[in-house]
Amino acid sequence: MPYGFTGKFVEVDLSSSKVRVVDVRRDLYRKFLGGRGLGSWILWERLGEVWEGLDPYSPDNLLIVLTGPLTGYIAGVRLAITGKSPQSGGTVGSTIASEVGLELKCSGYDGLIVSGKAKDPVYIFIHDDKVEVRDASKVWGKGIRETHKLLLRDVLPELRKTPRFGEPKEPAMIYIGPAGENLCRFAAIEGKYAHAAAYGSYGSVMGSKNLKAIVVKGTGPLPPVYDVVKLKELIYKAIELVPKKAPRLRIWGTGQGPWRYGRDLSSIPVRNWQEEYWVEKSYSQYDLEVYDWVKRYWADYGCPLCCMKVTVLHRNGETVITDAPDYELLAYEGSNLDVWDVRDIAYLIWCGEELGFDMINAGNVLGFVAELFERGILTKDDLGFEVKWGDVKAFERLLKMIANKEGIGKVLAEGTYRAALKISEMKGLKPEEVLKYAVQAKGIGIGAHGIRSGLDYPPISYVTSVQGGDHQSVAMLPLDAPPIVNEVWASLADSAVICQFNMLGGLDLVFDALRAVTGWNISKEEWVNEDAKRILTLQRVLLLLGGPDVYWDPRVHDDNPPRFYEPLPSGPKKGQAPTKQDIEKLKKDYYKALGWDELGIPTEDTIKQLGLTGLEKALVRIRKRLGI
Amino acid sequence: MPIWIFREYDRCSGCRYCEVACSLKHEGIIWPEASRIRVFEYVPGITIPVLCSQCTDYPCVQACPTKALYVDESTGAVRVDEGKCIKCGKCVEACPGRIPRILPQKDSVIICDLCGGDPECAKVCRALGFNALVVVDKWPGTHYKLYARDAEKITRDYIKKLYKVDPEEVM
Ligand code: SF4
Ligand code: SF4
Ligand code: SF4
Repeated sequence: MPYGFTGKFVEVDLSSSKVRVVDVRRDLYRKFLGGRGLGSWILWERLGEVWEGLDPYSPDNLLIVLTGPLTGYIAGVRLAITGKSPQSGGTVGSTIASEVGLELKCSGYDGLIVSGKAKDPVYIFIHDDKVEVRDASKVWGKGIRETHKLLLRDVLPELRKTPRFGEPKEPAMIYIGPAGENLCRFAAIEGKYAHAAAYGSYGSVMGSKNLKAIVVKGTGPLPPVYDVVKLKELIYKAIELVPKKAPRLRIWGTGQGPWRYGRDLSSIPVRNWQEEYWVEKSYSQYDLEVYDWVKRYWADYGCPLCCMKVTVLHRNGETVITDAPDYELLAYEGSNLDVWDVRDIAYLIWCGEELGFDMINAGNVLGFVAELFERGILTKDDLGFEVKWGDVKAFERLLKMIANKEGIGKVLAEGTYRAALKISEMKGLKPEEVLKYAVQAKGIGIGAHGIRSGLDYPPISYVTSVQGGDHQSVAMLPLDAPPIVNEVWASLADSAVICQFNMLGGLDLVFDALRAVTGWNISKEEWVNEDAKRILTLQRVLLLLGGPDVYWDPRVHDDNPPRFYEPLPSGPKKGQAPTKQDIEKLKKDYYKALGWDELGIPTEDTIKQLGLTGLEKALVRIRKRLGI
Repeated sequence: MPIWIFREYDRCSGCRYCEVACSLKHEGIIWPEASRIRVFEYVPGITIPVLCSQCTDYPCVQACPTKALYVDESTGAVRVDEGKCIKCGKCVEACPGRIPRILPQKDSVIICDLCGGDPECAKVCRALGFNALVVVDKWPGTHYKLYARDAEKITRDYIKKLYKVDPEEVM
């Protein structure tokens, strides 16, 4: 077995409750590493033939939960989850900081593949070589905190069944809330209280399988590595370098962002992206810091950076316990909704996370609704109440309606893109009259980094990204541009399965660690020109296959949302926006750099060069659908 | 000179590098469950490092039927004579916090040996800047056994302090 891997997957078929442990083909590890890359290939191998017709909510879809070669060894534990995405119809490597990654490896598995659909709510419990499908009726319908508590109570007695052998540590868990159970297209898979694998909406895929949670406890060691002395040296180097490179993240987390992205870079969403600049009201972490943070430094396993904080608020007779609001959620539940009290924002985030929402996409939907209300497209009659900017109560109410698919919630649960299409139908409007206000790419709400000012994200970030609106994996030129969110590097973090922020210690550190763990000598150049291209090309093909309810035409959908062509109304770059011509040119350059044709369809040659044999068949299908 | 490791729960981030460092040193590989220090997180954000407290009366050593356990005079650590350990678990039962650990993958019980006087866990914690584990000279006038509590008990106490809620609400 290659160093750093266990060489095994555990597969659970929920329709039959059958469990089997399978050996993974060795060559796949070097070709796709793990996580996002390997998961996408498994999806192609098993579902490629029927991809376009496959409903992501049918039992035939797979939920793939993977580690990678670096998981557990260095800098920030992570877990990568994929499957056919109910949002994009392609694949998203959706990652979460979760010790499930560590516990899986310590149980002897590189990953878990879930197929089928359980008759009744279940959860999967893995304890070393014991793998069980268990009744989850007690936790079905419950919010995140309660789910965590009840699952812990369910498994602890068993883990402790031999008290004279000492106390086993707690298991790691991921779970869904009501939003996932009810198949909201922006439901996340949650961990702890507000850690989330959000983009891609694999929370709703779990829901479609009647799978409430995955609970794992492994007691073994991590697999042997190629050079343990070197690895140890690199671990200590990461400990020294990573926090030094980004002290702000240790001190405040990403939550210090609104001030910078609002004022300096003018790229924060304000009222559904009507503006991207705000200075007077740009909140700081001050209030939280002084009053509500009960834990200033909170990390997941193996993280030397420590960007998490714990916030506790006592309000309305409830105790809110949540991860410190990070930048994305401060922006999406804050400025994007015109909510400016940092504690109101934290409260709203908590409400949504408890229900199991991806709070980036939820904030995207809520802002979209508030704007439609402002413009009179959605009315009090449609919504049942007024949804005005800054109205925390109204947003909270909407979240509950969406999670339970009540009233208009049923439409909104489809996410901004699909909801826009439905609303235009409802209202007898042309689709573009509503899509105009939908700030999304390939069915995925865009993260809280705008492109118009030119000071933050580059203009084709979301246009050609294989993961749509995902702000942590965006398209950039040149291909090897250094930002860690460049999809070339994001695909490395998500396939080696480590925390992206820990790449701030330098890419050399990541490649050195990969060498020390696996023995493979992968150079940066090789990664950019072969490995990243292989993963991105594979994901691109699956995205273009798409379906079954929406399909993407690169001529139409490889584009920014209309809002991003409206000149910025305020801020240091007032009046600025990219032009369609700029985007057309950049798009073509990007396709070329990746070995895709004029229309952004990977060429046969590229497929051959990258060793993606078999994928050619898909190209024929894509061309046929596009009529070219 | 006997030493003791003071654990300051308020400063522990839960990064678990102490587990990484301890298992690398003692097992030659990363093996969190076999680390002599383990950071429990029954409840998100409540991170509790647990390791041997070197109780003044060493109940574990007294309980061992084969004399596999003994006290290292220079450091005060409990040491294991691996050949003699029969994995009966008497030491675990005698420990107020059930801190020693017996794993199926290992032939004898594992207990913190204070790294011969130079604790790796405290070193890495300091390098990280958290300093949640502080090595101090062992002053004889302290009731060290107070710290030999099981992780669940400490967790419940700490929930009350940090979250100000009834522990039943969260665990
Ligand atoms: S190394 Fe220090 S901060 Fe990290 S888990 Fe251990 S005791 Fe806590
Ligand atoms: S804490 Fe437990 S293992 Fe350590 S000396 Fe006391 S009884 Fe023995
Ligand atoms: S002092 Fe040494 S043996 Fe004891 S817990 Fe720390 S690293 Fe492990």
